[in-house]
Amino acid sequence: MLGLSPTDWQAIEVTLRLCVYTTLILLVIATPIAWWLAGNRSPARVVVQAIVALPLVLPPTVLGFYLLIVLGPRGWIGSTLESLGLNHLAFSFEGILIASVIYSMPFAVQPLTEAFSNLGRRPTEVASSLGAGLVDRFFTVILPLTKGGFVVAATLTFAHTAGEFGVILMLGGSIPGETQVLSVLIYDHTEAMNYESAHRLSFLLLMFSFITLSVIYGINRRFAIAKL
Amino acid sequence: MSQFLFRAALLALMCLTGSPALSNTFTIAAAADLRFALDEIIEAFRDHHPQYQVRVVYGSSGKMTTQILNGAPYDLFFSADISFPERLHAAGMTASDPAVYALGRIVLWSNSLDASSLSLADLATDTRIRRIAIAQPAHAPYGQRAREALQAAGVWDAVQPKLVFGENIAHAAQMVESGAANVGIIALSLALFPRLAEHRYHLIDEQLHQPLTQGFVVTRRGANRPGVQAFSEFMAGEQAHTIMRRFGFAMPDADRPGRTD
Repeated sequence: MLGLSPTDWQAIEVTLRLCVYTTLILLVIATPIAWWLAGNRSPARVVVQAIVALPLVLPPTVLGFYLLIVLGPRGWIGSTLESLGLNHLAFSFEGILIASVIYSMPFAVQPLTEAFSNLGRRPTEVASSLGAGLVDRFFTVILPLTKGGFVVAATLTFAHTAGEFGVILMLGGSIPGETQVLSVLIYDHTEAMNYESAHRLSFLLLMFSFITLSVIYGINRRFAIAKL
Repeated sequence: MSQFLFRAALLALMCLTGSPALSNTFTIAAAADLRFALDEIIEAFRDHHPQYQVRVVYGSSGKMTTQILNGAPYDLFFSADISFPERLHAAGMTASDPAVYALGRIVLWSNSLDASSLSLADLATDTRIRRIAIAQPAHAPYGQRAREALQAAGVWDAVQPKLVFGENIAHAAQMVESGAANVGIIALSLALFPRLAEHRYHLIDEQLHQPLTQGFVVTRRGANRPGVQAFSEFMAGEQAHTIMRRFGFAMPDADRPGRTD
């Protein structure tokens, strides 16, 4: 189908798996961070904001380098895992998943922060005074009122993860079925002078990115949430 | 309740990361000069041993060595220079002694000029040549040999402003093939790949550089992995040698002491 090889399909599968997991994990992690950022005016807020936004300005190689050092067999996380009888995380799917979560963090946190700021604290305070618990407040008040923000955060995270390259190349190498995502495979196809395959996959990613961004701007018009 | 189920499903999904361990799969890290020859050899190997899945990752020998030292899951390592497997051996990362499997050569190649009529000296003086691609000498053996040859020919300083560096030798070849560089010093094995073989090459005198003694090793991780031993043996067999020779490699002398066993 589409003239794609088994290697191509395998890379598509790895990429989709990476994007889905990264998006789910980030929505869980980013929601409390964004909520805290939206309601906080202390100096600590600036620091957290800066840390969250770091991947926007850092070269992917810097993140890739540090993660390789920390997650590899000689790094403190990697060696701790090894001593527990587990595998270190360099050159593994779990490793690039951790990298993606960090690398796409701003794309989840920023739209949510924006949505929560627009919402303000008033609706949850009212719900609280009416006796709604924390979980109840989140699912019946916050989520329905800011779902545009969640859709934008999820879509942006998903798309940005699909577009990752440098971090994955450094930390994951290019192992088929494990860390060889689409962007890395395109690089590999080019190096092998396999231009037809590189074309097909590049076009696929181009269309995917264009459609995703169109969806985001469409949502944005309706909800006026993310500043892009 | 439905919300609880939804969240439980999310959690379960998150726990499902990682692919199952594939016991009949082994992974080869290979120098980029092997890119086309090894693909063919793996295909031939699979005809004889269909029970094994072979994954192969290509890159510069130096990069592969660094990756293995940092725990990359490679079972076999075919380097463009035996010094890299020897380094892994010294670091205790190997399960076999480094062994020579082939000898490589470097050539001048171009897809716009007739490289067979060019000499290394022309690289400095020919005004049609504005960009010369070589592999990164810092971690690619083919790049190191290219630098040595240019130095021996006395043109290293003169060609400096024209040099562009590929991450590995296949990348350097791709730079020339795409026209981004006018000429390149690439592996003979790549110049003989059908897509590139339409254009002629100039074989660089091997007296001008250290030999490309290509060595391989079984990593510690690959020690007991099924298929690794079979592949090592297949690589030393006549069928693999025939393919390697077709790609311009010379096979090591059987009597080279301590290297070929």
